[in-house]
Amino acid sequence: MSHLVSIDNVDMRYGGASGTLAVSGLTMRVDKGEFAAVVGPSGCGKSTLMKLVTGLHIPQTGVVVVAGQQVTKPVSIVGMAFQNPTMLPWRTTLENILLPLEIVEKHRHRLRANKKEYVEKAERLLEIVGLKGFGSKFPWQLSGGMQQRANLCRALIHEPELLMLDEPFGALDAFTREELWCVIRDLHAAQGVTIILVTHDLREAVFLADKIFVMSARPGRILKEHRVPFERPRDLEVMYQAAFNDMVHELHGEIAKARVAA
Amino acid sequence: MSAVLETPPVVTKPVMARINWVKAAPWLYTIALFVAWELLVIALDMPPTVLPAPTDVFGAIAKYWSPIWKNSIQTLYTTTLGFAIAVVAGLAIGLFIGWSKTIYAGLYPLMIGFNAIPKVALVPILVIWFGIGTVPAVLTAFLISFFPIVVNVATGLATIEPETEDVLRALGAKKMDIMLKVGIPRSMPYFFGSLKVAITLAFVGSVVSETVASNYGLGNMMSSAQSQFNVPLVFAGLLMLAIEGIVMYAIMAWLERRMTGWAHRSTMAQ
Ligand SMILES: Nc1ncnc2c1ncn2[C@@H]1O[C@H](COP(=O)(O)OP(=O)(O)O)[C@@H](O)[C@H]1O
Ligand SMILES: [Mg+2]
Repeated sequence: MSHLVSIDNVDMRYGGASGTLAVSGLTMRVDKGEFAAVVGPSGCGKSTLMKLVTGLHIPQTGVVVVAGQQVTKPVSIVGMAFQNPTMLPWRTTLENILLPLEIVEKHRHRLRANKKEYVEKAERLLEIVGLKGFGSKFPWQLSGGMQQRANLCRALIHEPELLMLDEPFGALDAFTREELWCVIRDLHAAQGVTIILVTHDLREAVFLADKIFVMSARPGRILKEHRVPFERPRDLEVMYQAAFNDMVHELHGEIAKARVAA
Repeated sequence: MSAVLETPPVVTKPVMARINWVKAAPWLYTIALFVAWELLVIALDMPPTVLPAPTDVFGAIAKYWSPIWKNSIQTLYTTTLGFAIAVVAGLAIGLFIGWSKTIYAGLYPLMIGFNAIPKVALVPILVIWFGIGTVPAVLTAFLISFFPIVVNVATGLATIEPETEDVLRALGAKKMDIMLKVGIPRSMPYFFGSLKVAITLAFVGSVVSETVASNYGLGNMMSSAQSQFNVPLVFAGLLMLAIEGIVMYAIMAWLERRMTGWAHRSTMAQ
């Protein structure tokens, strides 16, 4: 079993038989350890794809297989992060990060007895994302970028095999976004986690991903799959190479065409 | 009122500077209100049977202290008991309604309809069921004050951000987990905020019920004072109600700040 995620000919319709057909004939595969990006016009079903993989929605036709098992209910081997960091304001950053451990079956019964070990793990993650010493702060004491870093820690605390990111940097300014790209890049390199990133930022996709899926307008399906040729580890400088810009340009053209086709 | 405030006494600077005017303002304004009221009564030469001066009202409080005290305690008792039941029931019903979107959709119109009934119209029914006295007063206070609690708690639960719910559900969270970890803590600011409204309404309920169907309480005291044209005593009752209302409100406001300070700071930070 080489694919961690495989989606086969999936249709997903919201709101009954006459509802919105969000994705149709969707087929894609992501290998273990791979960094995949999904780009496409707005409203094409990217978030729907995320929810299909995590088991929040079950498709009407087709199958979604994650880690060798057909998805019929939420799969707890994933971590998720959205554009909205959704930190709980009554919990400190550290308590927010520990929240998944209070839920995931494997950890929730061990949490109380092994609190110290888990707190140490959370603090290590905080250090990796550059938030060392901020664990005791409340979310509203952190900037948007810092909250998003904490959000990544929360998505990773239960050591998921698969990290799903839905436009996580969309609301941040350009410099903070680039900083967080590097954080994600390093996390991916260090933890060996498989990542699926949904984004509308093509430079982000090319900089981070091994593989880029271009989606059609709604109902979404995969129009094209690109391999990103750049060597790892990548430096932010790679974005100023001609080949990088050519790739961004090509993706841009494909999406513009997909939008017109709709 | 303003004339009194605009001519502050000429005092040396350090003393003026030492006074915290913002803190003192509520007291100063209250005193100013009473002074203006007194002056108005003197200026218009009002008979005490129409509008008694504050001095008459305070005189009445001193003169009838024993019944005023007894009835104030009775009203405070029926109000807080009704309010306490409203808190427990309101919290429970609010959690129940906010639990699922279907229950929320189904019960919300019913609740609105129920709330639209003037509660004073229910007092006669309560009297038929329970006789006059303490019980209908407690129940009226309860009925009138539990609605804002229910609505606020249910709204707090029903407006959980879908992303938060998705993150937790993807981890395998059951409905119960989401309620315990997110829904209930999240609805607490709504809940404590509603207590201020609810306690004020509870006084309305108990006094209305006491006025028409009781032999005790400030409501009853005021209605019998009125039938004897003892207008200063009516006003004394009003003053006692105002004091009880302010004190209970202040307690609720303090509780709100203590329990859910994060909500105030987090909205201020955004
Ligand atoms: N819960 C839902 N109920 C009904 N329609 C939905 C729901 N979620 C998404 N949709 C519709 O499905 C389509 C795809 O949505 P989404 O996956 O969020 O797109 P994207 O993330 O690519 O912008 C959109 O047309 C959207 O209106
Ligand atoms: Mg989306």
